[in-house]
Amino acid sequence: MSAHTSGTTVKPAAQAAASRTAWLLHPLVRPIGALVALLLVDAFLVPGFFHLEVKEGHLYGAIIDILNRAAPLMLAALGMTLVIATRGIDISVGAVVALSGTVSAMLIGGSTPSTPMAVALAAALGVALLCGLWNGVLVAGIKLQPIVATLILMVAGRGLAQLLTDGQIVTVYYQPFFFLGSGYLAGLPFSLFVVAAVFAATLLLVKKTALGLFIQAVGINPVAARLAGLRTATLITFVYVFCSACAGVAGMLITSNIKSADANNAGLLLELDAILAVTLGGTSLAGGKFSLVGSMIGALIIQTLTSTIYSLGVPPEVNMVVKSIVVFVVCISQSSEFKNILRRSA
Amino acid sequence: MSAVASNGRGVTSAPWFTSIVTVVLLVAMLGIGGAVYPGFLSLQVIFNLLIDNAFLLVIAVGMGFVILSGGIDLSVGSVLALSTMISAWLLQNAHWPPLAVIALVLLLGACFGGVMGAIIHLFKLQPFIVTLAGMFLARGLCYLISVESITIDNPMFTAMSQTQVPILGAFLSPGAIIALVVLLVAIWVAHFTAFGRAVYAVGGNEQSAAMMGLNVGRTKVLVYALSGFCASLAGVLFSFYMLSGYGLHGQGTELDAIAAVVIGGTLLTGGYGYIAGALSGVLVLGAIQTLIAFDGTLSSWWTRIVIGALLFIFCVVQRVMGGRSKQ
Repeated sequence: MSAHTSGTTVKPAAQAAASRTAWLLHPLVRPIGALVALLLVDAFLVPGFFHLEVKEGHLYGAIIDILNRAAPLMLAALGMTLVIATRGIDISVGAVVALSGTVSAMLIGGSTPSTPMAVALAAALGVALLCGLWNGVLVAGIKLQPIVATLILMVAGRGLAQLLTDGQIVTVYYQPFFFLGSGYLAGLPFSLFVVAAVFAATLLLVKKTALGLFIQAVGINPVAARLAGLRTATLITFVYVFCSACAGVAGMLITSNIKSADANNAGLLLELDAILAVTLGGTSLAGGKFSLVGSMIGALIIQTLTSTIYSLGVPPEVNMVVKSIVVFVVCISQSSEFKNILRRSA
Repeated sequence: MSAVASNGRGVTSAPWFTSIVTVVLLVAMLGIGGAVYPGFLSLQVIFNLLIDNAFLLVIAVGMGFVILSGGIDLSVGSVLALSTMISAWLLQNAHWPPLAVIALVLLLGACFGGVMGAIIHLFKLQPFIVTLAGMFLARGLCYLISVESITIDNPMFTAMSQTQVPILGAFLSPGAIIALVVLLVAIWVAHFTAFGRAVYAVGGNEQSAAMMGLNVGRTKVLVYALSGFCASLAGVLFSFYMLSGYGLHGQGTELDAIAAVVIGGTLLTGGYGYIAGALSGVLVLGAIQTLIAFDGTLSSWWTRIVIGALLFIFCVVQRVMGGRSKQ
């Protein structure tokens, strides 16, 4: 997240010009620009897009809707950011979402919960933490490639969730549980507070402690980080546990929101959207520098894009095509080869 | 590789060790199946494994090349779906002759893969993210053609799906025979041509391969084009098998193909393994499904769990038994 500094010697005049345009090089400029551009499209094409109204003490409007729907993705993207910062990847996020959702729904069950809700939620989080520990041990302990290590849980996780539910969709009737995913606090969806809390905690953890620096060090050069005395294995295990915990909370939000746990479809392809959000936010898949704020903006871009496509009346199937083109454009424009080509032609 | 084999760990660190383990596992699974379930150990049951998984075998062959070159291709399942969709639409709505349809679909698949390979090489992007975008793109294009499933009633396609080729008292479908031919050609390409050697070299160490004067860019583009071609051929076989085109066809096939290649003994770090492993990997996956189907009391989601467990065991075995890692 530090400002770009070029190692080459620049002439004073050019330097002055560069400092005036230096803010353009800030890594968050592009994601914010993309989000603003999308919102502008909405402002012109979707009537009443920015309209907010208060109904029964709750704030309603397209913006709130986007924020609320983006909540699980934002959580998943937060966890994914730290994993990607250590040069890793976690493709088991969707499976963890399904597992934690299934566990919480099964323990809470009918209109009177068989287990106290706090215990059920703790159990769901515990399952997610175990999943993370499994991934972490495979990556840091056995030293499997991250994509293979998490592929195992991705393949088996949904099977386990279905085994728990016997292939059925578990419906929840317990009212207080619905508050998590569709309740309102101070006029805003409660899920936003969950996201804000996790985001604030993560930000504090990586900014106010040395953890952020350590993660960055592991991502830039794992061997050098280890030789410098960092406990890289513990750090890497931690990021996978953290990522799964975020996915676990996302799973509870989704389950609470749809009032049931669908082991087949809950969080399907969420890992891909989370990776996309992190990439859009300017975090390089090569590890090292990362931006939590960027990932949140990336998640919002994805959700805004989805909502825009829906509200413009374009068939929702186009969504995937648009998303893929966005990924191509973003990745190519981030690559140093592309920057070299630009520099040569300029 | 020879250095690894000669450092005293003997048989377990030989390059073919995990591949042999898979074959032993396959034989053991079939043996156990034959001992427990009457009628399991007939030639037809084994041929059925091939008939039902012909498309997966073809995809795994393509994936094998990509993984040997040190990359990964997540788009194959979607390219399969797109191929079934394009062939169904061209046959049913545009009334193209079937052979022209197949030729066009194969060409499109190869081009799709080639373009992804070119992007990966030119912009030095991670294969994972580029093929992920390709996966979204191909899946989205399916839905642009039609959201509904399109049924194929072309006589040639139905003939291909119903023909039974008798061999040794049992029968194979034309699709399974095509898949086996693809496998044989692929083994020849991998082990007896300059391209095959270049794939191994690039997967072993891209920098060294470039310094040796190998055309790394050309090899990478060709590998992804080959994978795209295999995926679209698998799509054609899949439409022979299912007689329909649908955007949801082949979901998760990329994971099955990766699992088959890994179980077949190829290292995901590249440069190490055999194309023939695709066959044993696919047959092991198929045997798991058949065993669970024969049992009847186990639910189908056990398949996923067993595949996950096998993946885990094989990855760990690869790590422990002299497998290398680039970490």
